[in-house]
Amino acid sequence: MKLIAYLRSLAAKVFHRARIEEEVEEELRAHLQHRADDLERSGLNRPEAERRAGIEFGGRERYREESYEALGGNLIETLVQDVRYSLRLLRKSPGFTMAAVSTLALAIGANAVVFSVMNALILHPLDVPQAESLYQLMRGKDADGFHSFPDYLDLRDRNRGFDELMACDGAVAGLDTGGNPSSAWVVLVSGNYFDGLRLQPYLGRLFHASDERGANSAPYIVLSHAYWHGHFHDDPGVVGRVVQVNKHPFTIVGVAPPEFHGTLVFFFPDFFVPIANQEQIEGKNDLSNREKRWVFSVIGHLKAGTSPARAISDLNSIGADLEKRYPKEDNDMTFTLARPSLYGDYLDRPVRAFLTALTLLAGLILLAACTNLGSLFAARAADRSRELSLRLALGSSRRRILRQLFTEATLISLLGGALGLSCSVLLVRALSQWQPFTKYPIHLQVKPDASVYGLALLLALVSGFIFGAVPVAQILRTNPHEVIKAGSTGKVARRITLRDLLLAAQIAICAVLITSSLVAVRGLVRSLHTDFGFQPQNAILADTDLMMGGYRGEQVPAMQRRMLDAVKAIPGVESAGLVNPAPLYAGSVNSVVFLDKTADLTTANAAARAFLYKMSPEYFHAAGTALLSGRSFTWHDDQDAPRVAVVNAEFARRLFGSVTAAVGKHYKLKDGTRIEVVGVVELGKYHSLTEDPKPAMFLPLSQSPSSETWMVVRSSQAYTNPHPDDNTQQLAVAIRNTLRDLDSGLPVYIQTWVKELDHPQFAPRMATYSLGILGLIATILCMTGIFGTAAYSVSKRLKELGIRIALGAQRKEVLEAALGRALKLLAFGSAAGLLLGILASRVLAFIVYQATPRDPLVLAGVVLAMALLGLLATWIPAQRALSVAPLMLLREE
Amino acid sequence: MPDQAELLPGTLDLLILKAVSLGPLHGYGVLLRIGQISGQALLIEQGALYPALFRLVRRGLLKASWGTSENNRRAKFYELTSAGRKRLREEVEGWNRLAEAIASALAAQPEES
Repeated sequence: MKLIAYLRSLAAKVFHRARIEEEVEEELRAHLQHRADDLERSGLNRPEAERRAGIEFGGRERYREESYEALGGNLIETLVQDVRYSLRLLRKSPGFTMAAVSTLALAIGANAVVFSVMNALILHPLDVPQAESLYQLMRGKDADGFHSFPDYLDLRDRNRGFDELMACDGAVAGLDTGGNPSSAWVVLVSGNYFDGLRLQPYLGRLFHASDERGANSAPYIVLSHAYWHGHFHDDPGVVGRVVQVNKHPFTIVGVAPPEFHGTLVFFFPDFFVPIANQEQIEGKNDLSNREKRWVFSVIGHLKAGTSPARAISDLNSIGADLEKRYPKEDNDMTFTLARPSLYGDYLDRPVRAFLTALTLLAGLILLAACTNLGSLFAARAADRSRELSLRLALGSSRRRILRQLFTEATLISLLGGALGLSCSVLLVRALSQWQPFTKYPIHLQVKPDASVYGLALLLALVSGFIFGAVPVAQILRTNPHEVIKAGSTGKVARRITLRDLLLAAQIAICAVLITSSLVAVRGLVRSLHTDFGFQPQNAILADTDLMMGGYRGEQVPAMQRRMLDAVKAIPGVESAGLVNPAPLYAGSVNSVVFLDKTADLTTANAAARAFLYKMSPEYFHAAGTALLSGRSFTWHDDQDAPRVAVVNAEFARRLFGSVTAAVGKHYKLKDGTRIEVVGVVELGKYHSLTEDPKPAMFLPLSQSPSSETWMVVRSSQAYTNPHPDDNTQQLAVAIRNTLRDLDSGLPVYIQTWVKELDHPQFAPRMATYSLGILGLIATILCMTGIFGTAAYSVSKRLKELGIRIALGAQRKEVLEAALGRALKLLAFGSAAGLLLGILASRVLAFIVYQATPRDPLVLAGVVLAMALLGLLATWIPAQRALSVAPLMLLREE
Repeated sequence: MPDQAELLPGTLDLLILKAVSLGPLHGYGVLLRIGQISGQALLIEQGALYPALFRLVRRGLLKASWGTSENNRRAKFYELTSAGRKRLREEVEGWNRLAEAIASALAAQPEES
C-alpha cells in the first residue's frame, strides 16, 4: 500500500511538477527581464542591469519553492498526508481492515473469475478472421449439427448465401512418427476448410479444395501449432515428412497459425487431414452415404451483404428440393444458423444459462459484500464520531474530513481489489491448465485480459465509494457540540432494518450452501465405495484400437487373443479380459431388445433398452463381476456356434421374471438375431453413478467383433505390497512394454481403473467443489456481516453497557445486550437455511450419489459450522463489550 | 531607503488585490503599481510577491492569463475575479475599521482625576 501511495505521489510530482515549475520559472524570468529593462533605461548597461535585478529579487530558490507550493504542491501533500493517516488508522484496527479487505477481495475475485470465463467463452469471438460472419448450419426442429456428406456437397454447391461452406468431423487416430506411436485427435476437414476460414499457414502450406480427388486421394496433414510445438519441438523440417496415420502414409504439408485450434473454443485437436481420406482415419467410407449423418459440423462465412434470414430461406429451398429428390434419406431439411464456437445451441444455450446464473451469483456476492462493508463502515463511523467532532470543532473542514474518509475507503477498495484480482488470476490460470478428461483434448483457455483488470478495478472503486458514502450522512449531520457533550449513545434502533433482512438472508444462503456441500461430500465419499458391479481397485485399463495399427478383418480377433495371452504372462497379473466399451465410460451404447415371441420388431414393441457390451471370456473374472447363475463365455462361443449372451440381473428380471428363469431362454435383437442367455451377472452401474437399475447384456467379442477394446488387467500382488500404487505403476509399464513388443506401431492408452472412474465422477465432483467454494465464500461474507452488525451494536451501546456493568450486570447479561441481535439473526438464518438445504438436496440427488440430508453427520456438521462461524464472528465485539471499564467510560463523558 | 516601512503580515494580499483592481497587471507591474499608489513608502521584497500571487489565484480571487507586456515580452497578467472584488471590499472595510480603532485608541489622552 505504501508503494502505491509512493508511486502516486511520485507520478504526480514528476508530471505535474514539471509543468508547474516550468511555468513558475518562466514568470520569474519575465519579472527579472522587466526589471532589467527599467534599470537599463535608467542608464546601466545590460549585464549590470540584469545582475542588479537578480539581487533586488531576493532568494530566488526560496521563492520558487514557495511559489510552487502555493500553486498546487499542496494537493499532493494533502493526499500523501491523507493516505498516511488512513494507513495508520487501518493498521490500528486490524479486525475492521481484515474484515473489509477480505469481504471486498471475495466479491471482486468472484466477479473477476466469472467475467474472465464469460469473456473467454462468449464475449471473445473465435481467433479467425471475420469471426462475426461465421455461422454453423443446424438442421431440423432439434437444431441438429450433423449432416450427411452428400447433403453437405449439395448445400455447398447450390447455396447462394455463403462465400463457401466447409465440413469437419473429429476422430481419434494412431500417429506414428517413427518410434513412439500415440493416439492423436484429428479433425477431418473439407479441402476448402482453411481457405474458407481465410487462414494463412504458419509454416509450409495448408491444403486446398484442389487437393481432393476422390476417396483417400489426399494423404496430407496440417499440424496444429501446439502439437508441432509439443511433439516436433518447433522443428521447421517437419514439412514434407511422411508419417504413419493408422498405418497409412501421410505427408505433413504445413503448420496452422498459432491461435487457430479449430472452431470449437474448448477443443484442441492435434492435426487436420482432408475429409476425403475418411476411410483411412475412421475405418469406414461414408462419403456417398446420404442416410448417415456423421459430418460433425458445416460452417461458412455469410456473403457480405447477405442477411442470415436470406441465407436461411435459400438453404431451406435447397432442403425442400433434396427432400423431394431423396424422400427415403432426407427429411426435416429446414435450417437455422448458429455460432460454431460452442457448437450452436447445443452447448451455447446451457453454457449461457450457466454463466448467467454465475454472473447473477457473483452480483449477489457483490451486493452482500457491499451491505456488509456498509455496516462495517457505519460501525466505524459511530466509533469515530467523537474524534470527528473534535476535528470539526478544532476547525477542520467537513470537506477535508470527508476526503480523508474516502481516501480510507479507496485504500480498502484498492487493497481488496488487488487481493481479489490476484487470487482470481491464479484461479483462472489453474482453470486454463486444467484438463478434466485426460483422454480428450478439452480445456478452457481463459486468459485474463485488460477488460478483466479494468472491470475489477472499476468494481472495487465503485463499491469503495458506495460503502465509503454510508457514513457521510452521519458526519454531515454531526453537530460537534452535541456529540462531545452527549457522547455517542445515539438511539438504538429497535426496528428491523433492510440491513438486518439482508444479513439474515446471507446467513440462510450460507447455511443452505454448507448443508448442500456437506451432502455432496458425503455422497461423493459414499460413491467411491458404491457397488459398481465391478472392482476398480487393483485393476488397470488399457485401451487400444487395432484399426490404428492397421489390422483388418480376421487379423483383429487374432491380435486381440495374442495381446491377452502376452499380458496374462506378465508376472503379477491374475487375469485379463477385454470389454468394449468400458462400463461407466462415455461411449456406452443402448440398444433395444425384444422377447423371443415378438414378431414385429419395431421400437414400440421392445421389451427393454439394454446397455450393450462386447467382451472376451475372462472379462468378468478380471473385472471382479460376480456371476449369479449359469456360465460365462468360452472361446468356443465363436462365429460357428449359436449366438449367446450373458445378461445382468435387471435384464433377467425384466424379460424373464427372475435370475434363475433367464438361463437357457432366448431373446431377439433389433436385426432379428436370436440370442440365448447362458449366464446372469450382478447389477452394476453403466451410464452414471446415480442411475436406477438398468438392464445390460454382454455379447462375446468372437461373435460381435470390435477393433476397439479396453483390456482390464487385474493384478494379484497388490494385496501383499504395502504400496499398491507403485505396484500398479510398475504393472502399467510392464503392460505397455508387452504390447509394444507385440506391435510397436499400436498406440495404447493406459490408466488405472480407479483413476478412469474420475470421468463418471466428474459431475458430482464438480458439484461438490463448486458448492464447497460457494459455501466458503458465503461463510466469509456471513462472518464479516455478523462481525459488522455486532461491532456496530457494541460501539453504539458502549455507554449503556458501561452503566449496566457498573450496576453489577453479569457477563451473560452484558453479552446478551450487546450481541443478542446478531445472534438472533444467526439463529433464524441458520434454521431457515438448514430447512432450505434439506429441500435443495432433493435437487442434488440428480448428480450426487445417494444425496440425503437426513444424515445425522450432515445435520450435526451444519449446526456445528454455523455455531463456529457465529462464535468467530462475534469474538472481537464480545471481548470489547466485556472489557468495558465503566469508570473510564463515565469519566470520559 | 530609510523612510520605507515594513509590511504588516497579511497586508501584502490586500495591496495586491487593490493594485490589480485598477486594471490587469503582470507581476512586475503589480510591484510598480503598489510602489506608485503607496508613494514608494512600503518595502516589498520583489520575490515575495509571487507566492502571494499564486496563493490568490489558487483561492480563486485572481485569475491569470499569458499575454504580451508593454516591453514586448511574454508575461502572465492577473485580474480580479468577482470573488476577488468582493474580498477586496470586505478587506478594505475591515482594515479601515481596524485603523480607526487603533487610531482612536492611540489618540486617547490621560484623564484628569
